[in-house]
Amino acid sequence: MSHRELEDMLGKGWRKPPFVSNPKLRWSLILGFVAYLVAAFMTIEVDWGRVYVGLDRGWAFILAFTSPDFTSRASDIWEGLLESIVMTVAASVVGILISIPIGLGAARNIAPLPIYLVCRGIVAVSRALQEIIVAILLVAIFGFGPLAGFLTLSFATIGFLSKLLAEDIEAMDKVQAEAIKASGARWLQWINYGVQPQVMPRLVGLSMYRIDINFRESAILGLVGAGGIGATLNTAFDRYEYDTAAAILILIIGIVMSLEYLSGIIRAKVQ
Amino acid sequence: MPVLEKGSAQTWRRRTTGENLFRWFGWLIGVAIFVVCWQRISEATTWFFVWDAPRIAGDIWTRATPPRWTYITQLGRPIWDTLNIATLGTLIAICLAVPVAFMAARNTTPSVLFIRPVALLVIVSSRSINSLIWALLLIAIIGPGVFAGVIAIAIRSIGFCAKLLYEAIEEIDHTQVEAISATGASRWQVMAYGIVPQILPAFAGIAVFRWDINIRESTVLGLVGAGGIGLQLSASLNVLAWPQVSLILLVILAAVMISEWVSAKVRGAII
Repeated sequence: MSHRELEDMLGKGWRKPPFVSNPKLRWSLILGFVAYLVAAFMTIEVDWGRVYVGLDRGWAFILAFTSPDFTSRASDIWEGLLESIVMTVAASVVGILISIPIGLGAARNIAPLPIYLVCRGIVAVSRALQEIIVAILLVAIFGFGPLAGFLTLSFATIGFLSKLLAEDIEAMDKVQAEAIKASGARWLQWINYGVQPQVMPRLVGLSMYRIDINFRESAILGLVGAGGIGATLNTAFDRYEYDTAAAILILIIGIVMSLEYLSGIIRAKVQ
Repeated sequence: MPVLEKGSAQTWRRRTTGENLFRWFGWLIGVAIFVVCWQRISEATTWFFVWDAPRIAGDIWTRATPPRWTYITQLGRPIWDTLNIATLGTLIAICLAVPVAFMAARNTTPSVLFIRPVALLVIVSSRSINSLIWALLLIAIIGPGVFAGVIAIAIRSIGFCAKLLYEAIEEIDHTQVEAISATGASRWQVMAYGIVPQILPAFAGIAVFRWDINIRESTVLGLVGAGGIGLQLSASLNVLAWPQVSLILLVILAAVMISEWVSAKVRGAII
């Protein structure tokens, strides 16, 4: 800041610099946003009478959390939960196994261009499609049941894990890999001793995180008939059996929390 | 260093025999668990449908192509609703996530012993339950429609935003905070001039990132009746109008890609 400017500013109070420095852009952004908000609020129809009537039910649901009913539908809950866990485990294993070669192929510093493009294409398709939409299509093709859910979760795992693994491989230290290559290693040995040790901690961490996500997703696949606890939960809501629904939700939250805790421990150990 | 001794020659090995045995045992258990899981899935599957799947998939493909382009005139309003669900949901979530994040961050929480665990519990429960389940619940309480979708997205996003935000708050530079408090600023002034400017870029990035995710999620909320383009999707699926389904999927894909592009641009501009 030059001397003259400092002189001019004397006597005026200091003000926080604005977040967007160009005033024209700032005001047009604010005005556009306000206009959008007005338009959005005008088009949303809220039936306040219905909301008011429903508040009692909402309160009943919150109360249900204080007295969850694990027993009266115990076999349904157990079946659904077991199916969710089975789907999660199987899909995570298969998804991780497939995503490793695809992740290697999607890393530009390892794969030649044609393989790179194919693998990136697979990753892009898998990431662009929502799990639940994939599940609908797979249920239509393979019929109801956990197989469709298993395939959905595997497919989603591939997109997630391959992309992050490929990014990690691209960011690895080249010197170590080169040293292994200079010792006369074959391609597979090069990957095994030069690349794998560098990306392993992150791969384990990401896999744990993905198992966590897969379990959460498996809880909704049942809504479209792809197996898991979702079907039981949906039925409980449809019958207004809030205490059973609360029990299922508590179980889901508990499992997710313990998975998160476990993955924290494993990640801390690996890194 | 583990070494293999053969006569007088010594060869380098990666692990000792005990370590190797332990690892093999671990792998054995892992494979056994996977096989059991796969068996359960296989039992619950009607394999006849699976062997028939390629034919069915081909059949659906011929029915779904070409998409019924004229149907796009009826998709304007649902897309607008979807956008509203995502945007308004994100806005509400941010407003609620900020206080939760300040209560959860170790350095700003009023009480580590009492308030912080409550804030963390809010974050975990909001994160571990999918927005589709929140939507199911809210539809039972306040009735179907866009409003339920907005609230479902908002509840789901609180945990995500608050978690990332409180991690950002915990990583701030303490010297700046100290400098502000050394001038005699009150608690709120320290907040406004010492902490907020440091987390504002992270905050804006998180908001846009979550908005992008919410666009994806709000496209499928209609499947359970919570408004948006998912309503059209489920209606078309129910009457097996595959040309409409394929058009809707294309529209969803386009929406997801546009939102991802916008969010990447905005985050690039901020950071």
